[in-house]
Amino acid sequence: MIRAFRTPSAHGAAAALLVLLVANALFTPGFVSLATMGNVALQVSTTVIVALGMTLVIATGGIDLSVGAVMAVSSVIGATFLDRGAPVATALAMLAALAVGIGNGVLVAYQQVPPIIVTLAGLIMGRGVAQVLVEGNPLVAFSHPSFERLGKGSVGPVPVPVLVALVLLGIAVALMRHTTFGRWVLATGGNPRAAHLAGVPVSAVKLVTYAASGGLAGLAGLIETARLAAADAGKIGQAMELDAIVAVVVGGTALSGGRANLTGTVIGAVLMGVLTTSFNMHLLSPAWAQMVKAIILVAAVWTQRTKAA
Amino acid sequence: MSAFAIAQGRSVARLAHRYGAAAALVVVCAFGTLRYETFLTPENLLNVARQNSMLGLVALGTTFVIVSGGIDLSVGSVVALGGIAAAALSRFGGPVALLAALAVGGVAGACNGWLIVRARIQPFITTLAMMIGLRGLTLAITDEVAIRADRTALVFRWIGRGFLGPIPAPVVILVMAYAAGALVLRRTRFGRHVHAIGDNEEAARLMGLDVNRVKLAVYTCNGVLAAFAGALLASRLGAGQPAAGTGWELDAIAAVVVGGTLLSGGHGGAGSTLVGVMLLGIVLNLFNLEGTVSSWWQLVLRGGFLLAVILVQRRTTGGRSPLPVPPG
Repeated sequence: MIRAFRTPSAHGAAAALLVLLVANALFTPGFVSLATMGNVALQVSTTVIVALGMTLVIATGGIDLSVGAVMAVSSVIGATFLDRGAPVATALAMLAALAVGIGNGVLVAYQQVPPIIVTLAGLIMGRGVAQVLVEGNPLVAFSHPSFERLGKGSVGPVPVPVLVALVLLGIAVALMRHTTFGRWVLATGGNPRAAHLAGVPVSAVKLVTYAASGGLAGLAGLIETARLAAADAGKIGQAMELDAIVAVVVGGTALSGGRANLTGTVIGAVLMGVLTTSFNMHLLSPAWAQMVKAIILVAAVWTQRTKAA
Repeated sequence: MSAFAIAQGRSVARLAHRYGAAAALVVVCAFGTLRYETFLTPENLLNVARQNSMLGLVALGTTFVIVSGGIDLSVGSVVALGGIAAAALSRFGGPVALLAALAVGGVAGACNGWLIVRARIQPFITTLAMMIGLRGLTLAITDEVAIRADRTALVFRWIGRGFLGPIPAPVVILVMAYAAGALVLRRTRFGRHVHAIGDNEEAARLMGLDVNRVKLAVYTCNGVLAAFAGALLASRLGAGQPAAGTGWELDAIAAVVVGGTLLSGGHGGAGSTLVGVMLLGIVLNLFNLEGTVSSWWQLVLRGGFLLAVILVQRRTTGGRSPLPVPPG
């Protein structure tokens, strides 16, 4: 029991991040600057928010491929309803995101449809819905200073998105370490049958994690929308599922479920952000970064396998 | 409930499961014939068949993968990579272009297979990484620009645009591929092994089957078929598109599952997948004839269709455990 709950290590991710930072400091002109660091921090904050939900889902033995599409849906809904006031727009966007998450959760937990199929369908449908809502318009721009503060503002020296990510991280860590729900999540992922027999509401736990993943992706979509002061149904959240999954796996959370390492997830998310930034600063196509991230994913899962064996 | 009633209920479910897709195809065709004058014409039907022949090839490979108990999400990206390879090398002649596409697909598929059987990484994560990584590779090497195919490469031009009598070449290729696929899956030792592994991998291993080799072959074949479909598509469009095949993994899985093949593996056939492909193709054709459905709505429809079919399949197969559908 104690062993099962031991926090898995994220030493590999930390080492890789260190190497990448040193290499960038040496070979990327202008990398060691406040502007670059601020940029990375902003970029990483939304990845962290999404990856927190993904950590919970993966800890129950599932996966959520729909997060990028959910970001697009919430972005489009938020921008469309902004003329009725920021609170209404935010509430509607979050409701839509939660609805997708709950839909995923119901199909996975109560209908036993494989998570990969449910959320792949969610990915394709979500992008479709986002495009339908904007009728194919590539960009819906707006000007709404108080809503834009969610992405652009700062409290003291700390940008609002970073603050939001830190608060959510704190909540997630507290949830996983100190509550029954946290133990239920790990038990569900470790051995669903045993957990069920021990009285854990396995299906409900799964439902809640998918709902949380949807809600967090919706929030991340709103933050990016506020930062850009525009909704982009095609681009917002694009390939976010990759960044979030790689961040989680590199951070030491096993894809087989039963373990969660939230600090590792944050390190993994920073690694993804620095990787994206270094490709951008060398003017390389983001497609190359995408390829490297896919290779990192395979390598990380492979290492997990070797360790487990 | 009496034993008789249970047996009867079960046999109804079994019938629904085995012939549901075919019945739905008949209903949909009847509806199309009554509502649209242009539906039941050779031009429209051949056009639907030609449009869906590439997806059909991908779905054939996916059938083998799913029957073996696996899944392959990378096929859409392999379609794009195969198309690019064929278009880029078409100036050296049609045969070279086709061989290049097949080789690229074989390597991609073998990578999937190797990572799954040797590195023992779950199929969905392996092929998810390949889906994303290969799409990145395709976009990066093309700078996101389409690659024009050489119009003088005759063999290459024919496979996508040619005709054999009145029948479009892709349809001929599709029918031949399915005939071969059905034969292999049903009548050969390899096909039996694929079924056995999907049904119970541990038992297959204990019986002495070379599980790893069969799985490696299944994923390699799927890569080859997907890349060939990509070459067909590039031939038809006259160019290799880096974004080609996006979302095809979903359509392929949908076609396989609609046909009655179980996602849990061990049961299924090539013929039923062809019915699934045609059902999906004709449903989308009817929406096109109605003329009100944007391409974005089609994405929503496709995803919803797959989920609906899986839920219906759960009902007709009685929840988790697949019904003992007799082989043949």
